[in-house]
Amino acid sequence: MATLCEGYTLCGLTPAQNRLCSGIRGIVEERDSDHVIVTDSTRSVTLFKVSDQKPLGSWMVKQGQTLTCSAVYNTKTKEYIAVSDNKVIRIWKEDDVVLDKAFKATVSADVWVVHSAHGGDPVVLFQRGALRLLDSLLSAPQQPVEDVLAPDEAIRWSTSIVTETQQLLLFTSELKGEHFLYLHRLNPNSLQRYRLEREEPGLSPLRFSASYKNKHVCLLYLYPNGHVYRSSISVRGPAAEEGAEAPRLPRSLLLALPVGEELLEVASAIILDDAHVAVVGAPHPSAGPGKDFLCIWNTNFQTLQAAKEMAGKIYGQLWSFSNKLFAPHGNTLSVIPFECPKSSLASALGKLKQAKTEDSKLPVLVPSWNNILHGDKLQHPKTMETRKTRTQRRTQSTPSLTTDQVLELIKTAPAEEVQREVEELLSRQDLQDLQPSLGQIAVTLVSRSLAEPTFYCPDSLAQLVRTRCLCHSVCPDLLPLALEKKDYFLCQLCLQFFPDIPEAVTCACLKTFIGLPDVDAEKLNLEPESVSFMETIISTQQGQAGLQNGFSPTTCANEPSDASSVQQTKGRTEERARNPPEQICPIGVHKAALINEVLQTAYSDNFLLPHLKGLSSQHVILFLQYLQFLYLQYSQNAFPQKHSFRSPSLDQVMDWVCLLLDAHFTVLVMTPEAKGLLLKLQHFVKSQVKLFYELGKIEGSLQELKKTKLKEDVGQYSIEVIELF
Amino acid sequence: MGEFKVHRVRFFDYMPSAIRALAWCRHTQRVAVGRADGSVEIFNFSDNYFQEKVIPGRDGRTVEALCWAGPRLFSAGLDGEITEYDLENLRPRYSLEAYGGPVWTISCNSQETLLSAGFEDGTVKLFEILEGKVQFQRNLDRQKGRIVSLSWHPSGSQMAAGMMDMIRVFDAQTGHATHRLLVERGAGASKSQEVVVWSVVFLSNGTIISGDSAGKVQVWDSFTGTLLRTHLVTKWDVLVLSVSPDESSVIAGTSEGTVIQFQFVSSTVEQQEQQWVRTRTFKNHSHDVRALVHTDTAVVSGGVDTQLVVRPLLDKVEKNTQESALRKIIFPHRNLVSCAKKAGLLLFQFPDHLEVWRLGDSDGKGKAGDSLPLKRKPEKMIQLNRKGQDHICCSALSPCGGWLAYSTVSAVRLYRLQLNTNNISINKVSKLPKELQSVHQLCFSCDSSKLFASSSLSSVVVVGLSQLECKHLETLKHKSGSRQPVHLLCPSEDGKWLVTSNTDREVHVFNLHKMKLHCSVPVYGSCPTAVSVHPSGSSLVCVHADQQILEFSLKQKEYTEWSRTLQRLGLHPLWLQRDTPITTVTYDPRNPAHLALHDAFMFCIIDQTLPLPEAKTNLYNQQVLRSLPQDQRSRVSHAFKICKNFQNLLGVDLLEDHSLVVVERPLQDILTRLPAPVRCKKFAT
Repeated sequence: MATLCEGYTLCGLTPAQNRLCSGIRGIVEERDSDHVIVTDSTRSVTLFKVSDQKPLGSWMVKQGQTLTCSAVYNTKTKEYIAVSDNKVIRIWKEDDVVLDKAFKATVSADVWVVHSAHGGDPVVLFQRGALRLLDSLLSAPQQPVEDVLAPDEAIRWSTSIVTETQQLLLFTSELKGEHFLYLHRLNPNSLQRYRLEREEPGLSPLRFSASYKNKHVCLLYLYPNGHVYRSSISVRGPAAEEGAEAPRLPRSLLLALPVGEELLEVASAIILDDAHVAVVGAPHPSAGPGKDFLCIWNTNFQTLQAAKEMAGKIYGQLWSFSNKLFAPHGNTLSVIPFECPKSSLASALGKLKQAKTEDSKLPVLVPSWNNILHGDKLQHPKTMETRKTRTQRRTQSTPSLTTDQVLELIKTAPAEEVQREVEELLSRQDLQDLQPSLGQIAVTLVSRSLAEPTFYCPDSLAQLVRTRCLCHSVCPDLLPLALEKKDYFLCQLCLQFFPDIPEAVTCACLKTFIGLPDVDAEKLNLEPESVSFMETIISTQQGQAGLQNGFSPTTCANEPSDASSVQQTKGRTEERARNPPEQICPIGVHKAALINEVLQTAYSDNFLLPHLKGLSSQHVILFLQYLQFLYLQYSQNAFPQKHSFRSPSLDQVMDWVCLLLDAHFTVLVMTPEAKGLLLKLQHFVKSQVKLFYELGKIEGSLQELKKTKLKEDVGQYSIEVIELF
Repeated sequence: MGEFKVHRVRFFDYMPSAIRALAWCRHTQRVAVGRADGSVEIFNFSDNYFQEKVIPGRDGRTVEALCWAGPRLFSAGLDGEITEYDLENLRPRYSLEAYGGPVWTISCNSQETLLSAGFEDGTVKLFEILEGKVQFQRNLDRQKGRIVSLSWHPSGSQMAAGMMDMIRVFDAQTGHATHRLLVERGAGASKSQEVVVWSVVFLSNGTIISGDSAGKVQVWDSFTGTLLRTHLVTKWDVLVLSVSPDESSVIAGTSEGTVIQFQFVSSTVEQQEQQWVRTRTFKNHSHDVRALVHTDTAVVSGGVDTQLVVRPLLDKVEKNTQESALRKIIFPHRNLVSCAKKAGLLLFQFPDHLEVWRLGDSDGKGKAGDSLPLKRKPEKMIQLNRKGQDHICCSALSPCGGWLAYSTVSAVRLYRLQLNTNNISINKVSKLPKELQSVHQLCFSCDSSKLFASSSLSSVVVVGLSQLECKHLETLKHKSGSRQPVHLLCPSEDGKWLVTSNTDREVHVFNLHKMKLHCSVPVYGSCPTAVSVHPSGSSLVCVHADQQILEFSLKQKEYTEWSRTLQRLGLHPLWLQRDTPITTVTYDPRNPAHLALHDAFMFCIIDQTLPLPEAKTNLYNQQVLRSLPQDQRSRVSHAFKICKNFQNLLGVDLLEDHSLVVVERPLQDILTRLPAPVRCKKFAT
């Protein structure tokens, strides 16, 4: 749940001549997120330290001159750059006291704005749409500047984005009621022009906001009718041919803010992260018609997450730098820190036990309950959008191999080439388009591997599985193939990402994993996370043993430990002498990591039980010992289940213990080695029953407590009726 | 019996004042209680701890110390005056400016001839107690630093004075300081702070016991000036000490609200030598214990939490008797609420102002146990702030709601009220008869045509009220010779009788038509706490501090048949065990066989037609009766119908429309207005 923290005032606003204007031209981040430069709409530039709410420096141009664009900070040279009277570029350093003595250069055309993104070079955008790097401009200030825009076209908004490889400048313009987006790439220079789709006639976007992620620029824009649209523009797209009609920019409706009767006049929406948008100047849905609210909306669920009433007039200006929102309102500029933790409906409902980091990167396309619960709403507009734009994108895409070509290739080409081409195909971003073909590719790969024993490309398969576009039903032979080829890493991935593995296959995996000799397992290259989880468990256990100096927890010490029943641990005799056997992990780290994946797969008891009966009694005992070890680690040592790890939960462990006992009880009772183990398990059950019994008792008394609290409160005065007998 | 509509009132913000001083008069068995607002109360411990007298306070006067000299009561305070009280007229007799700055303590020698006072400027002054006055005799050697506590040696030859960081021993004859006992400061951070010797006790064997702000109780030898023993009893202050009359036990009160007892016993069985040993701890207070009295059988303590607690020592009294029960006296034993029965108005008396409230209304009907919806909320009509510095001692509202009177020790004020819904006016009656002086109880006649005021020498002034003027009609006197103040006044419904009662336990009946004494009820051994006259004027009922109920026929001038039956059968033991006095008794005007009465924890209707409960029957039988079907109730029901639904009652009245007004003051509300207590470490916190 996103939250808005208590705000504080950064500075007062100079009373503006125009009631609609806040008096602030712009706020720009300085050297770090704690320093900002505030440019006011007349003459001065002030540097603030935000956490101290204190100005560190201030500069002013002479009376009669005005600053015409927001001052920016060049992090590379530690200089400030501002433009006065449209044509004079001023550059100064922090220790310059008087602005007039600093460097000045007059250019030949009117400057719209100077941008200096972190890690990029400062660029100058002229009012007629031309773009220059500041350095090259200053080398010849009077150089002629061309017109890019049509005569009546005017820039409305601009921003600069620095990607991994390139610097981009985006700006929007208006021409006769039509709005255009220009995407200017620098080095090499190319310009692309898009036409924004028309909203209702007469409405023009109030405010744009752009963010960059995964080689796509995400553009967010707000219309006066409360509609917030999002458009995604690929950074890589080729330059359009000269004179071609500007393509329409596909958009998706992200939010429809409630606006009440009248249209929004001064409002602003900016992107906070993937799922959150901050909106100022729109009415609170449940607080009447007043528009002086700052709200954070979750776009996934269309829910209002946090709202704050802003005193005084709202100017429709909003900036955000690293978890702080800057909003001028009334006579002050307020800083409101906010938090946007990752949220999902499932977590809100308590369904999602672990927040998986991959979730945010790739949309999950395999249908699952989680998806049906909250994903669909999101998917529909997106898929419609992709269908609409698919044709456009096709024309834009580079002349790499198409899916069909890759499929043909897989059937014949050597493994290395197949791998390269698949990688190429996957590296294209539009996975949504690829989803059906990915299944085909996987099926083809698997069928060829089955047919040709020499052909096997594990990396490609792993990559395909990692896209999460696959599931077991799409490619039922993949997991058995991986087992056959002893590619346990792929098995692990499949167990992790496939939501629909049949119980028979799960059980087959389990059988293989348990049967795996520890020596072989140690050589495996597995998911580092799962391995490190097991290492943490084992290290805490050893660390604790060391700490306690040979003392073991009483519950274990009470039990007669039957050391002979533990067979599998190797080379740990010294430790065993100090620790009771159940304190030592009976299997190796890698093997445990694999088994953990099995523990976390979905299953239903009825289907799993018959397959579990196929396990040998030795395997069952070993598995039970391992489960017992996990249980002890979780419950006795209060092992913190770190959410960053993919780890089986205590419930899952207990369920598997029950399942195994159900499946093999008669066998276990007859097996002499299992006697001690069963006794201990019975001991756990006893202690659990005792615990719940005690909790039940407490519950009773707590309930009583609630009842007694229900005494009615007599106010200051009441009229009652009593009867005397 | 029937249903009653009850106005349950909780908006009387009565707030008692903190107890600052206690003084115990052994001969009369009376305890004087001095409070932070300057008022002094006299409790008669031989008569069920009844609060006999209240002397109202005055702005700017605090009672820092109280001292009995025989039957005479002296107080001193930080205003620098020594005051003697007139216990007959319930007012200060005189105040003496002592010219030494604030007075911290006064103490009287056991011969009751000299009064010593300890001053802020370091002097100890001796005053001679003479007939009708005290006279300055001399100063003892002046010391540096204030004199916080004083104690006379029982022989009267020496005196111990607690000061800052030390105790001085004076020779009372020469006035010279003979010993200087240095008291150690507290450990740690309080090392730099002066330690205040809050209390000293000088025993006849020459032992001095001191209690100080470092939390120590120390035992000293006054002959050698040496410290014999130190008991560290609290992290906070030991504020007060008190010694038992036989000097075998000393109690200490602390800021934590505990009272700690020390006894002079031999620590082992064979050992002859006795020493002071800490024996018991009592925790009956939530706040500072500021004042203590060690009577022969009990520990009496009071402090910031405003309660007077009497804790009998179980080795001195018979166990499991009424005498051994702990008593907490929280509410005054007199009425601070007057009710205009006809007009539905309530008058609340505070020390510095009066409030008149109109009760709310409801037109709903409901079953027993229901809360009715309010049609009209209660509203505060008038807040009348008193004039002058003296606190209000009594007040009255006429039954019709048209007159309001209150009195301080210096003056009586009478107001004419007009309380229509849209027109509220209050006019002071300017010319009052000069006989209205020194009034301690006020009362209006039932038709609101007369005002009765109890005055000096047990007399009652009758003033006739009319729209035009108010004039003195008569001063009613009796010939018993008692000078004690009249604390109860009760006119009869028909206007013929006026019953008065004074703290000499006398009950007199005056005929208002003839304006002369009709008869006097035989004096009963306990003080009357409430009286009432039968609506027909045939009899009066009188309830006493020992919970006895007596009914006296005015015609036959003897106890009525019902009263005799009650005496013969005896009251129910549970009735007698109640520890708060009945403060109101009235005959129900609709059914004069019903008597309504209440104490702080119950109200009761006595049906004189029903059989009286025997000792074995269940006194509190309302629950049982409720569960029984109608026809079986008569078999179990008895005369006492007690309702305990309402607690901490300050007043119960029957209105003319037969509904009840119940004024509650929940203790929680008082508690929340007290200052925060000192922090005590609690187990597991």
